[in-house]
Amino acid sequence: MNNKSKFLIKGVMDVSPLMIPVFPFGIIYGVIGMDLGIGPYMTLGLSIIIFGGASQIVLLQLFSGGASSLVILSSVGAVNARHVLYGAVLSEHLSDLKLFWKIILSYVMTDQAFAVSNDYFKKNNKDNNQHYHLLGSGFTCWIIWQISTILGIVLGSVVPEELGLSFTISLTFLALLISDFRKFKNIIVMLVSGLTATIGFNIIPFKAYIIVAALTALVVAALLTLTDVEKK
Amino acid sequence: MHWSLIVYAGIITFMTRFSMIFLLKKDILNNKAKKILSFVPAAIFPAIIFPPIFLDDAGTVDLENNPKILAAIFAIIVGYFSKNIIATIFAGLISYWFLIFFYF
Repeated sequence: MNNKSKFLIKGVMDVSPLMIPVFPFGIIYGVIGMDLGIGPYMTLGLSIIIFGGASQIVLLQLFSGGASSLVILSSVGAVNARHVLYGAVLSEHLSDLKLFWKIILSYVMTDQAFAVSNDYFKKNNKDNNQHYHLLGSGFTCWIIWQISTILGIVLGSVVPEELGLSFTISLTFLALLISDFRKFKNIIVMLVSGLTATIGFNIIPFKAYIIVAALTALVVAALLTLTDVEKK
Repeated sequence: MHWSLIVYAGIITFMTRFSMIFLLKKDILNNKAKKILSFVPAAIFPAIIFPPIFLDDAGTVDLENNPKILAAIFAIIVGYFSKNIIATIFAGLISYWFLIFFYF
């Protein structure tokens, strides 16, 4: 087996456990789309063209609430603004690639794919073909998201609300932070982020609380690292 | 809804993902910036985690009648000791089901 397919398969395997909550989330999204009456093509079209779960649901909510296009697009941008930071983190590992690769990998860069592939790149920062890991993790997310959207469109409300599947999304992100639990600075940064988001949830317009909380936490991270001795 | 709205939303989303990968050249970031960017998961994920756990459907903080907080704490403990992603997710989910079934 050559190392391209080795990286690809590793990416698929690493992200797979994180797809457990994504699947019901996609079904719920499909159901919401149908309930709001935008029809099967647009419901699936959003999943293919935007490919960002939380922002798709925000878009549907605002649209059904009669929000203007400007408000809807601002909110989609604000919800997805965190990807700018993911891109900045991953750019170090992807900067030598051809434009075509950068476009493909950007399109499939979800939270989950970023989390597992960034961990992998940090451990494995040498090989020319390591971007196949992100291709594997990203396209796994893509396929699961499209299949679950279609299931939601076809089946309707088969996922009972009482099972708390929205809570599973929180648990997935919590599980992605387990390696940070032992680092004091990271715990401070996590608490700043979480508390800012909770307080800002109702105050900050355009659903921008995630990026506002993230930037606040990064300022704190910068202050915490000020005292670090520069290593060459 | 117009397809144009969906396409614009798609372009905006793509640009959030593509912009830095396209613009940042190798070694443009110094060690200080890389160090700060290493905090990105810790700076973003809690902002996604906290509000659905602590806020109820009306958006107010709910600390008393809230099994999600206890289940999340249990998941953190399991994650801390096991260092295993799947164990952490299932510990939180199973303890949540247990709590809503027996106590809440």
